Amino acid sequence: MLKQQHIEQIEGSKPVNEQEPVLQVSHLYKAFGDNKVLNDFNLSVNRGERIVVLGKSGSGKSVLIKCIIGLLRPDSGGIRMLDKDIAGLSHQELDAIRAKVGFLFQSNALYDSMTVRENLEFPLRRHWIQLTHAAVRKMLEEALEDVGLAHTIDMMPAELSGGMRKRIALARTLILKPEIILYDEPTTGLDPITAREIIELMNNIHAKYNTTSLIISHDMNCVRLAASRIVVLINGTCYANGTWDTLTKTEDPMVKQFFE
Amino acid sequence: MALSKPMGKFLTETGELSRFAGRFFAQWYKPRYELGEFLRQCFIIGYRSLPLVGLTAFIMGLVLTMQLRPSMVEYGVESQLPAIVGIAIVREIGPVITALIFAGKIGSSIGAELGSMKVTEQIDAMEVSGTNPFKYLVVSRVLASVFMLPVLIMLSDAISLYGAWIGVNIHSTTSFALFWTQVFNILSFSDVLPAFVKSFFFGFAVGIIGCFKGYNSSKGTEGVGQSANSAVVVSSIMIFVIDLLAVQVTELLGLN
Repeated sequence: MLKQQHIEQIEGSKPVNEQEPVLQVSHLYKAFGDNKVLNDFNLSVNRGERIVVLGKSGSGKSVLIKCIIGLLRPDSGGIRMLDKDIAGLSHQELDAIRAKVGFLFQSNALYDSMTVRENLEFPLRRHWIQLTHAAVRKMLEEALEDVGLAHTIDMMPAELSGGMRKRIALARTLILKPEIILYDEPTTGLDPITAREIIELMNNIHAKYNTTSLIISHDMNCVRLAASRIVVLINGTCYANGTWDTLTKTEDPMVKQFFE
Repeated sequence: MALSKPMGKFLTETGELSRFAGRFFAQWYKPRYELGEFLRQCFIIGYRSLPLVGLTAFIMGLVLTMQLRPSMVEYGVESQLPAIVGIAIVREIGPVITALIFAGKIGSSIGAELGSMKVTEQIDAMEVSGTNPFKYLVVSRVLASVFMLPVLIMLSDAISLYGAWIGVNIHSTTSFALFWTQVFNILSFSDVLPAFVKSFFFGFAVGIIGCFKGYNSSKGTEGVGQSANSAVVVSSIMIFVIDLLAVQVTELLGLN
């Protein structure tokens, strides 16, 4: 049933409400030993928004995004995504939610032992084993064309450059036509030109599929170009929240240090 | 009483390994079955290990025979050489040496592969792709090790005995048929069964330790190297521990 609903979503038959909150994080706490990484963190993301969570290295940005996708279990607090409370879901229900949520890993996380084709097929085969070969081929071609790398389909990840690997990882995220995409440091380790290309690609994907984006970054170029709203994560809390224009004018020294 | 740091670390790791093995036993029989990945691992773990196992087995049989021969001649029992070599290979040397070679090749490869997947977030990527990475990666590899090592040991025994036949023929002439008749005349059910049974435990030890070390790898690329290295060291020690326990159990059951 869940699979059928998601297929309908892909085909665009479901009406969308722009003001509908698709992700709500409330009073989130997460500590590793004595180190309190997230300390009463709150966030609400509406459908179609492009939120960048900005923070220093080690401030807990990746912990936040991993709690949202269910890779880490928060100590307390609630995460509600696509009308489901993540903490209360069974494995099957969590997998059904994950099919609607893409995750772009900082290290790309392409499977070294598989070709680009097998990498892209992997989430398809795992979520919907009943898809026909023709449907899979069409989805593969579309995802690779979206990132401009259709010719790499039979290559191994080791044969690709850093920017190409990032694009293929994005294609793998896109193949399920997710409603929400979580980006973990999408431009880290890339040269400025490639980083800008990846940001443009992210914006194009947003425009084409109207996805909701939650981007974790400390790259100010990425923040400036990709965010419709910025959340500043300091001391485990949502310290400031606003657009690029409002936050660049703030006098708060804690926020100002990012924009100087 | 405070435990010394190495002892504390050893006990913690033993506890974690036991929990990891417990997780394997709790999950291996439940669907979804990763049959494709299991068969792929059987091919990699079993078929691709055969050349190395075969070569070492052949040399082992040949050298063992050549080393034993002078003593046998001295005691005037040279004619018993095929029987003695056969017993030694089938009961002890074949399973243990093959398992050690297997630990070196497969234990390190599983430890490094899973370790690398862990530090590059590939295991997390599997989890968000609707896959239980423990079943896909660990259960398939451990089961493949459990089923492939006994097969490799049987083949290794046969190749070792072939090497032994060549060893016998360096200084005298014994027909292939006579050599095999002498070997099979001396071998009994109680020689073959314990060796066969313990080979499953050897396979489990190599598989589960390799997966445990890789799955819990940390500290980046340095951690991957450490995982591969400690997977080989720990599984090699475990092979001897299991061998020691197996001989005790065999004695208790009166199979010696």
